Amino acid sequence: MRKTLKSLTFGAAAMALVLSACSGAAPAPTAAPAAPAKPVATTAPAPITIEYWQYNFASRIEAMNELIKQFEAENPGIKVVHNSEIPYDNFIDKVAASAPAGVGPDVVTLFNGWVPSWVNAGYLVPLPEKDFPPADLEKNFSAMILGTKFQGKYWTVPTAVRALALFWNKDHFKAAGLDPEKPPATLDEFVDYAKKLTIKDGDKITQQGFAVEMTGQAHQWFREVLSRQYGASPFTPDNKTLGYGDAKSCQAFKWLLAFETDYKTGSNDLFDGATTAFQNGKESMHIDGSFRLGALASKPDLKWGVAPLPTKDGIKANFGSFWTHGITKKGGSDPKRLEAATKFLKFITTPAAGLAWVKKTGELPAQLAAAADPDLAKDAKYGAFAKQLSYSYATFFVDEAKQRKNLIDAFDAVRLQKADPCVALADAVKKDQALYDEFWAKNK
Amino acid sequence: MSLRTRRILWAYAFILIPLLFFIVIRAYPTLFAFNISLHDWNPLRTGDQPFIGIDNFARFLKDIADPNHVTRKAFENTAKYVLLGVPIQLALSLSIALLLNTIKRWVTLFRVIYFIPFVTSAVAVAWVWRSLYMPDFGAINLLLDAFHIPSQRFLLDINQSLPSVTAVVVWQGLGFAVIIFLAGLQQIPEVYYEAARVDGANRLQVFRGITIPLLNSSIVYLAVLQTIGFLRMFAEVLNLSRQGDGGPINSTTTVVLRVYREGFGSFNMGYAATLTVILFAIILVITIVQLRFLQRRFDY
Repeated sequence: MRKTLKSLTFGAAAMALVLSACSGAAPAPTAAPAAPAKPVATTAPAPITIEYWQYNFASRIEAMNELIKQFEAENPGIKVVHNSEIPYDNFIDKVAASAPAGVGPDVVTLFNGWVPSWVNAGYLVPLPEKDFPPADLEKNFSAMILGTKFQGKYWTVPTAVRALALFWNKDHFKAAGLDPEKPPATLDEFVDYAKKLTIKDGDKITQQGFAVEMTGQAHQWFREVLSRQYGASPFTPDNKTLGYGDAKSCQAFKWLLAFETDYKTGSNDLFDGATTAFQNGKESMHIDGSFRLGALASKPDLKWGVAPLPTKDGIKANFGSFWTHGITKKGGSDPKRLEAATKFLKFITTPAAGLAWVKKTGELPAQLAAAADPDLAKDAKYGAFAKQLSYSYATFFVDEAKQRKNLIDAFDAVRLQKADPCVALADAVKKDQALYDEFWAKNK
Repeated sequence: MSLRTRRILWAYAFILIPLLFFIVIRAYPTLFAFNISLHDWNPLRTGDQPFIGIDNFARFLKDIADPNHVTRKAFENTAKYVLLGVPIQLALSLSIALLLNTIKRWVTLFRVIYFIPFVTSAVAVAWVWRSLYMPDFGAINLLLDAFHIPSQRFLLDINQSLPSVTAVVVWQGLGFAVIIFLAGLQQIPEVYYEAARVDGANRLQVFRGITIPLLNSSIVYLAVLQTIGFLRMFAEVLNLSRQGDGGPINSTTTVVLRVYREGFGSFNMGYAATLTVILFAIILVITIVQLRFLQRRFDY
C-alpha cells in the first residue's frame, strides 16, 4: 500500500513535469478563440488607437518611427502604437500567440513569402479596393508584388523591396592582382575569380574566395536565379508545379556545390558563416541582399563594392523579396478601425515614404516612380540593386522555412554524406512539391 | 467551529492557491492540447478551427513509417539522447559525488563549481559551447591541435553532432545530480560501513552491498528526472544547431523542437499538439516502468 502511494506521488510529480513540457510547447489559449477585441469607445471625437507591429531591425524601426510621427501630425484623430520589440526569430511566434487572444496588431509587416499562409489562416483582410485599386497597384508598384496576389486579391502592400547582389572586397581583389573596380560579370568569371581569391595555409582556408551560404541567401539565388540561368523554369505561372528539381536545375545546383566540394573556395562552416566572414574580411565575394548595406556601412575599414548578380549566356535574373504591410482581421473588425488602418497603410506606402525609407534602410522604394529616381540609379550602392528590379522574381512560398530547410538539407547531403546531387535535389523538390500540393488542395 | 477545524480550513485555503494555479496554468492547457490535436488548428486563424478527428494521428503514423522523415528522426534522436545521456550522467555524477564524499577540505567550493552550470541559462550555455566547438577557432580544436590530434567538426558533423549536444546537456545537469547523490551518501549511517569493515568486506563489496542499495531512492529519482529531461530536450538543440534547425540534416533534432517548428513555424498547431500528446504518453509509460522496475525494497 505504502509503495503504491509512493509511486503515485512520484507519478504525479512526473506528470507535472510532463505537463510543463506540453504547455510550454503548445500554449493553449486560455480562452476560446474569441472574436477580436473591439475598441471600447469609438464615439466620434475620441481618437482611435491602432497598433502596428514589425520585427526588431534597427534601421526599419527608425524609418517607421519617422513615418508614424508625420502620419500622426497629419491625422490628429489617429494614434499609432509601434511595437518593434520582437526579435526576428520570435516574430511569427508572437503573432501566432496574439491572434487567438484577440490582441495584436491592426497593421502588421510580414515577409512576402508568408502572405499565402497568413491569408489561408484568415489572419489578413484584403486591401480595400477603393483605396488600393488592383490596377493601380500593378501599374505603380514593382512587378514583384504580383507574387503576393492570392485568391485573386491583394492582401498587402510594401513600402520597399530588396534584391540580391554581388558584394566584393576591393582589397582582396587588388592583392590577387584583379581589377578592384571590375567584379565578375558572368558565372564563369565568378568561378575563376573565386579560385584566384582563395588563400590557403596547407589545408586550412585563411581567405575564402566565395562560400556558399545556404542558410542565408544562397537557396534563393539557386531557386530563382541560377536555375533560370541554366534554362529551368522554377515555377509554373500558376505556382502549382515546381521545376527547380529537374536535370537543368541540377546543373545549376552542381555549379553551386562545386565551390565547396571541388574548388574548395570556402564553406559556410568556417568563420561563423559567410556573412560574418565577409564582414570581417575573410571572404572575398559574397551574395547577399540590399538589407546588408546597413551593416556593411558600419565597417569603415572594409573596402567593398556591390554589383548586379553575374549572368550566364546573357540571362539575367534576380530574387526579389520584401516586407509587406497588411491589415489584420482585428484591424478590419469595425469600419472606423479599418478606415484608420487603411489611412495609415496608404501613408506608409507612398513614393515619398519609399524614398525616406531607402535612406535609412538600404531597401529600394516599392513604388516605381520613386525607384526610378535618377539619384538612386546613380548611387554606387543602391544603383546595383535598382538596376535589377525589372527582372527580379519574388518566390511564391507556401512554407518558407520548410522550403529553405529542404534545400539546405539537400546541399548538406551532398557535401557531408556524398549523396548524388541530382538525387538529393530531386528529393528536396519532391518534398517541396508535396507542400504545394497540400496547400493547393486546401485552396481550390 | 473549534480552533482545530479553523486551523485546518486555513491550511486548505492556502493550499488552494497553488492548486488553482496548477489547474489553470498546467492542467487545463494540457487537456486543451488533447483537444487541439483533434483539430486542423492554425493559431493565426480567427474563425473556428475545423475538427478533423484522428487525422493528425494518422499523419503521425505515416511520418513515423518513413525512415527519412524529420518526425521519425526526431523520435529516433530523442531515444538516442536518453540512452546515451542518462547512463553517462548517472555514472559521472555518482563518481564525482563519491569523490567529493571522501574529501574533507574544499567540499563546498567543489560543490559550487559543479553546481554553477546548472543555474546558468541553457541558452547561454549552448552559445558558449557552440563557440568552444567551432571547427577553426574553437577552444577544443585548439587544444586538440596542441596535442597534434586532427581537428574535429563536432556540431557540424553528422555523426558527431548528437554526442556533442549530449555532452553539453550532461555537463550542465551534472551539478544537480552530484548534489542529490551527495545528500544521499551523507544519509547512509557510518555504522553500516564500520560493521562491514569489521566483517572484512572489501571496497567493492561495500559499494555494491551498502552504498548502491541505500542510494536506491536517489538513483530512481535522478533516473526518472533525467529521462524526462532528455525526452523534453529543446533549448540546447535550438541554440546549438545552426538556425536552430536541429541539423546538420536533422541529426540533432528532437521531438519538442519538431513541436515548436510545426506549431509556430508552419502554424500547424494541431499536428504539434498531436506530437506533444504522443510524447506525453511515452513519458508517462517510461516513468511508470522505471518506477516499477528500479524501485526495490531492501531489508536489513
